[in-house]
Amino acid sequence: MSYAISANRLSDGAVVFLGQNGWVESLASAEIFAQREAAEAALGERAHADARRNLIIEPLIFDIRARDGVIEASHIREAIRAKGPTIRPDLGKQAVR
Amino acid sequence: MYRYDEFDAGFVADRVAAFRDQVARRLVGEMTEEQFRPHRLMNGLYLQLHAYMLRVAIPYGTLNARQMRKLAHIARRYDKGYGHFTTRQNLQYNWPSLIDTPAILEELASVEMHAIQTSGNCIRNVTADHFAGAAADELEDPRPYAEILRQWSSIHPEFTFLPRKFKIAVTGAVRDRAAIQVHDIGYQIVQNEKGVTGFAVYVGGGQGRTPLIAVKIRDFLRKEDLLAYTQAIVRVYNLEGRRDNKYKARIKILLHEKGADWMRAAVETEFANASRDFIELPSKEIARIQDYFAPPKFRKFAGPSENFESRRESDPKFAAFASTNVDAHQQPGYGIVTISLKPIGGIPGDASADQMDIVADLAERFGHDEIRVSHEQNLVLPHVALDDIVTVFDALAKSNLATANAGLISDIIACPGLDYCSLATARSIPVAQRISERFGEGARAREIGDLKIKISGCINACGHHHVAHIGILGLERKGVETYQITLGGSGDETCSLGTLTGPGFSSEEIVDAIERIVDRYLLVREEASEDFLTVYRRIGMGPFKDALYQTNVGADI
Ligand code: SF4
Repeated sequence: MSYAISANRLSDGAVVFLGQNGWVESLASAEIFAQREAAEAALGERAHADARRNLIIEPLIFDIRARDGVIEASHIREAIRAKGPTIRPDLGKQAVR
Repeated sequence: MYRYDEFDAGFVADRVAAFRDQVARRLVGEMTEEQFRPHRLMNGLYLQLHAYMLRVAIPYGTLNARQMRKLAHIARRYDKGYGHFTTRQNLQYNWPSLIDTPAILEELASVEMHAIQTSGNCIRNVTADHFAGAAADELEDPRPYAEILRQWSSIHPEFTFLPRKFKIAVTGAVRDRAAIQVHDIGYQIVQNEKGVTGFAVYVGGGQGRTPLIAVKIRDFLRKEDLLAYTQAIVRVYNLEGRRDNKYKARIKILLHEKGADWMRAAVETEFANASRDFIELPSKEIARIQDYFAPPKFRKFAGPSENFESRRESDPKFAAFASTNVDAHQQPGYGIVTISLKPIGGIPGDASADQMDIVADLAERFGHDEIRVSHEQNLVLPHVALDDIVTVFDALAKSNLATANAGLISDIIACPGLDYCSLATARSIPVAQRISERFGEGARAREIGDLKIKISGCINACGHHHVAHIGILGLERKGVETYQITLGGSGDETCSLGTLTGPGFSSEEIVDAIERIVDRYLLVREEASEDFLTVYRRIGMGPFKDALYQTNVGADI
């Protein structure tokens, strides 16, 4: 199991992921943590710091897995957050691609 | 129709200005999220899965064309071109940015709308029969009373921090279309032996994780006492309601823990003892508010509408629409038109900005400038002359708004579920879409007749599944969506809560499961006019359970 960190951007609420250098909009560019401890440390040190700097709100760790070489969230809730509403493929991140 | 008086306008303007300031302070970090969140929620702005969500209040579901056009404009300019009408007769925008929200609220205020009391532990947006002022079975229009309650409860200092949210519904008709028995307070306008109208009072109903049916605590309340009595109920609740446990804090728990007799006595004592200063409703004040809701100037019609009748005979599509989506009006020559927001395979309750504009145009041209939002997530043109319904139908059909399924199996209520809602445990909308596709709006749906399917994406029950004839509750088991079915619920005057059939079904299985129930119903009904609920009440769960599970042994997930 690997992990990533997501949050919502304060200004517009958009789903963002913690990347190597700040927050990114797509899960594909997110930083992947192989250990839960490393993810917890990043959440505590980087994500919460950015929440205090008023960049993001509600950061959280979630499980990811690789399927056919593509990173995706293991749980349906985070999978939907990473893509957009399943009933509106024209909306959310899935629409951009 | 009611228009803001000066007090309201000033109050809303102040609130918008205050929120603009709070947003600015939040963005530069002068406020933390913890400090800001209560203000955000008080202004109807939630954080959902993908973005913020703004919930706009539509008191008792009544709108005019100008307001609908403003909703369309906001959808286009600040959101993604659509809005979602909810089971609380509200509208939700799913993608507003925080930065834009003060501007959106300002736009709303310009048409006397706002997002106040759509969140928090206060008295929420009062709901009413969506056919109010039009229905043939109505004793009196309930909206003036809903409005009086709204004005009184808006920012009422005593009731801004209740143990939990508090919902009031009012109906003035014999048939209960406002589901008053599943509200914290339900008022039904009734007539006493002397022919005087007043209210029957129901208290302690609710859905959510502990669904309970309200108890009638008074057969007749004088209209003058509406506020005094409401105050008494809310005071008893405010004092005695549990604050230690969020899940036990609603008045329904208080009533069912302490008993109906206790509640009745406590309310009556408080009612008898409280001062009536400032709170007795003089008939002059009632009349003043009623003026805002005065019926439009109806045209007089000599006989039946030839226009309507001949089209009905020649066009089966129109005939189907006329039989499901047009209801009897109090005024001869008029009908109530339900505009289904449930196109086959569509998203229940969603309307595009263009569709909102079309509805606004039709309301203006043919509907005395009135639009209603129903808790069933449809729109209503309450006053359309039968002569004009043909034209209205043709215009609706061009915009995919003429689905002839009001009250039928494909007229499904579905909450946003896991596609949008951060509290959800499963998706609701795709299940609704697949059921709708399976049964459609054609001959099969009409043969099945009245059947209410309602779907919630978690136990909070915003999709009203407890009071559905067939209710579906989406849950999560080991990371997978699973759906429980309840049967026999009803939100009307014969209110009942659905009973769980047994083990749940996977997303793949759920539509077939619903079909087995429906097929069994068709098999066992005594005649075509015996609707699903009647059959269920006659024969009970057994036969449906057999149908559901015999082909599905071992599907317990
Ligand atoms: S029932 Fe649950 S999932 Fe559906 S809208 Fe309400 S809180 Fe969200």
